Amino acid sequence: MKLNLTEIRKDFPILERETRAGVRLIYLDSTATSQKPLSVITAMDDFYRRSNANIHRGVHTLAEESTALYEGAREKIAKFINASSARQIIYTRNTTESINLVAYSWARANLKQDDLVILTEMEHHSNLVPWHMLHAERGIELEFIPVTEEGLLDLETYKILLSRNPKLVSFTHMSNVLGTINPAAQIIRLGHEAGAVVLVDGAQSVPHFAVDVQSLDADFYAFSSHKMCGPTGIGVLYGKATLLESMPPFLGGGDMIKEVKLRSFRPNTLPHKFEAGTPAIAEAIGFGAAVDYLNGIGMDNIAAHEHEITEYALERMEEIPGVKLFGPSADKKGGVAAFTLEGVHPHDVAQILDRDGIAVRAGHHCAQPLHEKFGIQATSRASFYMYNTKDEVDLLVNGIYKVKKMFG
Amino acid sequence: MDDLYREVIIEHYKNPSHRGKLDPHDISFADNNPLCGDHIQIDLRIDSDGLVADARFDGHGCAISQASADMLVESIIGKPLEEVKKLNKESVLELLGIDLGPVRLKCALLSLKVLKAGVYGLGEASDELVE
Repeated sequence: MKLNLTEIRKDFPILERETRAGVRLIYLDSTATSQKPLSVITAMDDFYRRSNANIHRGVHTLAEESTALYEGAREKIAKFINASSARQIIYTRNTTESINLVAYSWARANLKQDDLVILTEMEHHSNLVPWHMLHAERGIELEFIPVTEEGLLDLETYKILLSRNPKLVSFTHMSNVLGTINPAAQIIRLGHEAGAVVLVDGAQSVPHFAVDVQSLDADFYAFSSHKMCGPTGIGVLYGKATLLESMPPFLGGGDMIKEVKLRSFRPNTLPHKFEAGTPAIAEAIGFGAAVDYLNGIGMDNIAAHEHEITEYALERMEEIPGVKLFGPSADKKGGVAAFTLEGVHPHDVAQILDRDGIAVRAGHHCAQPLHEKFGIQATSRASFYMYNTKDEVDLLVNGIYKVKKMFG
Repeated sequence: MDDLYREVIIEHYKNPSHRGKLDPHDISFADNNPLCGDHIQIDLRIDSDGLVADARFDGHGCAISQASADMLVESIIGKPLEEVKKLNKESVLELLGIDLGPVRLKCALLSLKVLKAGVYGLGEASDELVE
């Protein structure tokens, strides 16, 4: 079903604003963080106005309400990615913390010196640095699936790496720079055949197309609320129940315990075992409202709209002399267009576009090694979500021509 | 804001007058802006009176970082080292003739940080040097 952009845009109050007098916001930075629909803002506002109380312990009305809302959101999120139960949805702060949870809990209990972890060259720093730290701490070995010139993973090399008995494969479902949508099911199946546990960074995938963790057969799957219309400060680690149950706790404190003695404790059951301390309650509720919002539009409809916009954007941007686009063609990627403009630094491109209200990101997008691979320091990146229009793409293209003229 | 890319800045970016390296040199220092990877190296020659006899910068980055480096290096030639040590944020903004937000200020001040870290013989170009 084709999206009704006029109606959708009305759901996002921020899209009405001007960045300067007479200059309307053109938000092309949803890969960094998405905008929030009114329903999410209202859900959080209502919570603080009506139901605010700490969860899980109180017996009073508000405590019951807030617990029900908090746990209700977890149920929604579980259904959204087709997890078999809500116990497998661990609330974290974000994708980064989810990956760190696996690195601190699962990996420190299961990996020793010289054990092999396979990553890819297109990872975000959040799926590199935790493993660098473990490498420094206990000498695990790291190998990387190379990225081809086209911006795809070189699966032939992956198969060769798999023959070296890896313990963990950890990769991004969709690149935040190239936009590449990786063949996750295949990568996971091959990893399992080699005996590895597989972790997927889903920060860019879950917001933009339907993800089914069971059909993917992912062992761990990490994603963030703020990139999918929800608030910042909350994310999820999904894990297979057997794995999560076998893992030691991550952070210690309240709520993650069943019983505490002066010199010992017994950890709580899933998912609470991994959720120490008062969590981001309002944020979890906002996250649940975001899932409702996305379900209301339909993930397949969102994916189809973004595909159309991306195809159009790539086509128009390719025509601009001096523009070099990174990543594969529109049929193999999500709504991301990272580019360089000859003779102009990406920060200058972004700054000049900002004068026309156009928000794009410039820099290495937390993927420095990937930029090095392509021999560049930085790119400018336009990214699209369900609320972006072809008109906005046209304004971006006009803006890039302006930059060219200025530096001409 | 509209002044941010005034012609003189774009001119210094596209056709810098003091880009390059000095060999031999008395002082040489380089550092990055971790936010965006901008890189600046500054080489100085100091004469027997303690004056900057010659200066060059090299590196890569946005128009603001490169133009400010070119203008800064140009401005210190012939000046006593003691005066160079006193340069601060305002000195650079005066050279550029523009106002900058907090993000782009870092781009503009990278060259001054590198210069002062070099002159003081420090290991790192820290923010405190330009306050």
